[in-house]
Amino acid sequence: MITDRATLEDLLAGLLPDEAGRFGPYGGRFVPETLMAALTRLEDGIRDVFHSERFGHLLSAELVDWVGRPTALTRARTLGAEWGVELYLKREDLAHTGAHKINNAIGQALLARELGARRVVAETGAGQHGVAAAAACARVGVPCTVYMGAVDVQRQAPNVDRMRRLGAEVVAVETGDQTLRAAIDEAIRDWVSDPEGTYYMIGSAIGPHPYPYLVRELQAVIGREARAQMEGTVGLPDAVFACVGGGSNAIGLFHGFLDAPTVEIFGVEAGGRGEGLGEHAATVSRGRPGVLHGTYSRLLYDDDGQIQETHSVSAGLDYPGVGPEHAFLADIGRVTYFAVSDDEALDALDRCCRAEGILPALESAHALAGARRWARENPGARVLVGLSGRGDKDMPILTALGGRP
Amino acid sequence: MIEPRQAIQQAIEGSEGPAVVAYLTAGHPDPDRFLADLDAVASAADVVEVGVPFSDPMADGVTIQRASHAAISKGVSLRWILARLRERATGPGAPVLLMSYLNPLLVHGYERLADEAALAGVAGFIVPDLPLEESEPLRSALERNGLALVQLVTPATRAERVRTLAAASSGFVYAVTRTGTTGSGALAADLAGYLGMVKAASDLPVCAGFGVRSREQVAEIGRHADGVIVGSALVEVLERGEDPAAFLSGLRP
Ligand SMILES: Cc1ncc(COP(=O)(O)O)c(C=O)c1O
Repeated sequence: MITDRATLEDLLAGLLPDEAGRFGPYGGRFVPETLMAALTRLEDGIRDVFHSERFGHLLSAELVDWVGRPTALTRARTLGAEWGVELYLKREDLAHTGAHKINNAIGQALLARELGARRVVAETGAGQHGVAAAAACARVGVPCTVYMGAVDVQRQAPNVDRMRRLGAEVVAVETGDQTLRAAIDEAIRDWVSDPEGTYYMIGSAIGPHPYPYLVRELQAVIGREARAQMEGTVGLPDAVFACVGGGSNAIGLFHGFLDAPTVEIFGVEAGGRGEGLGEHAATVSRGRPGVLHGTYSRLLYDDDGQIQETHSVSAGLDYPGVGPEHAFLADIGRVTYFAVSDDEALDALDRCCRAEGILPALESAHALAGARRWARENPGARVLVGLSGRGDKDMPILTALGGRP
Repeated sequence: MIEPRQAIQQAIEGSEGPAVVAYLTAGHPDPDRFLADLDAVASAADVVEVGVPFSDPMADGVTIQRASHAAISKGVSLRWILARLRERATGPGAPVLLMSYLNPLLVHGYERLADEAALAGVAGFIVPDLPLEESEPLRSALERNGLALVQLVTPATRAERVRTLAAASSGFVYAVTRTGTTGSGALAADLAGYLGMVKAASDLPVCAGFGVRSREQVAEIGRHADGVIVGSALVEVLERGEDPAAFLSGLRP
């Protein structure tokens, strides 16, 4: 049906997404007509403002002075020894507000202001993008409304208070599955109601073109830094791991290494508590092509095309879609995607706390668990894991789950 | 025999006064009453849009969201709808279009969809999350069976693009009258100017709606367009168990 061919070489040459916003067959722009003009304006804004030298300076300065970049690369000696590999962590948990989400939020907030937006709307799952959006909007002086599924409002309560304190209006979404997907539905409805004055700040590398491109460009700083930090010390890793929800931290990290043929790259998805539809959120590894939230990518849906509810202990991975570039990278075989279970992630989180004194986000714990699995087959390898965020926000759920201490 | 998409156009042009284009979500509130509700609506409308429920109706307001989720939970699907429509005695009567988000259609397969829709007496499709730029594969499958793919235009659409969209549309041109989701809210500020522009850009009839609830609104829109689309208000009438035909007749000026 949709058969456009594209290759890794096209991607590395900067040709993807193409004019139609496609990565091979994936991507595009599947939105109500009301939003088409807004997307065209955003595309123009990316070309004229985002790519300007002045904006580049503005953003770089904010990334250094306000976000606290570059983030550290930490050698995880104890955990690495335990797993039999040489392990490095790219510490996005040290970025302002505690996750990689801030890289995207500050970039889009600056862009929104430059494009004259009266207000920003955003969605959030774990609350990390919501907090980042609230903070970035406060920083640049644009009002911010955050949509959050009612289930997530419950399980990530500390982040709701943080968003409000940072001046954002938080709206609990009671419709649909009441998680990230319903929050995106509702944020899009808000945007549809005022496409001229409202800027939609999407939180992952998903959505209609040009969002997957914009978010990737803003998160690519993770991979650029990590590559320079590794090459400047020990050399390239043998394998790179990142967790994949919508796929923003992963695409940012991966882009630093896609052109290095010796580096194996792995996207780790949420395997939840089982293999059946509804029990996991392993979109790339278990989904099928379809359209949701403006993009053609891999998705979890039933035989009637209805999007399925997902399950993950990690709210930030609890999403039935994934960025179109990941579907492309999976198809061309450059990145391998697989899922780890809730239990594996919780166990890896526990080990990372004890061994390294770092409490990772539940999302990031999936990347650790994926690396641990691979390490068993590849003793002695040099492994880089994207630690996308810190786990402070997960304390209520970790406490509720019991176990240690 | 005329093509289904021409039948839509004729049904609108043949109406005395503004045509009434009526929307109902399939199988809501009661799947067992779907065909009875459809017949009642079709008896009082010039064109009927049957909504295929979707789990993520991002262009819809609260009424159609509620209707969609309820219908899905009762087993309503594209396959179910096509099967019911095939059972329906096809005779003269208001042409039926399916209004669906893209994913259920994509998953069904466009070729199979076009064939089965034609067999079920469906005259065309409205797909709110399928802009012109992405529509070629579905459009060419539907065209082979003479089925319409209705294009939407909105108050945010520039005149030049309105011309392009109108030229690509079939059956009619769907002019969204407000910037927002379906259901409620005020009509576009300069309704006359907006609809006048769309009319001038289009050889097809123009039907306008989104949030139409009253006879006054129908009269006002009817002065500037060939037809008026009524959706959420009708869904609510059906939810309350009231007579849809009486409601629709009462809207005509
Ligand atoms: C710490 C952290 N990591 C990862 C994710 C998943 O998002 P993405 O796949 O876009 O990186 C989230 C989302 O909320 C997050 O908070």
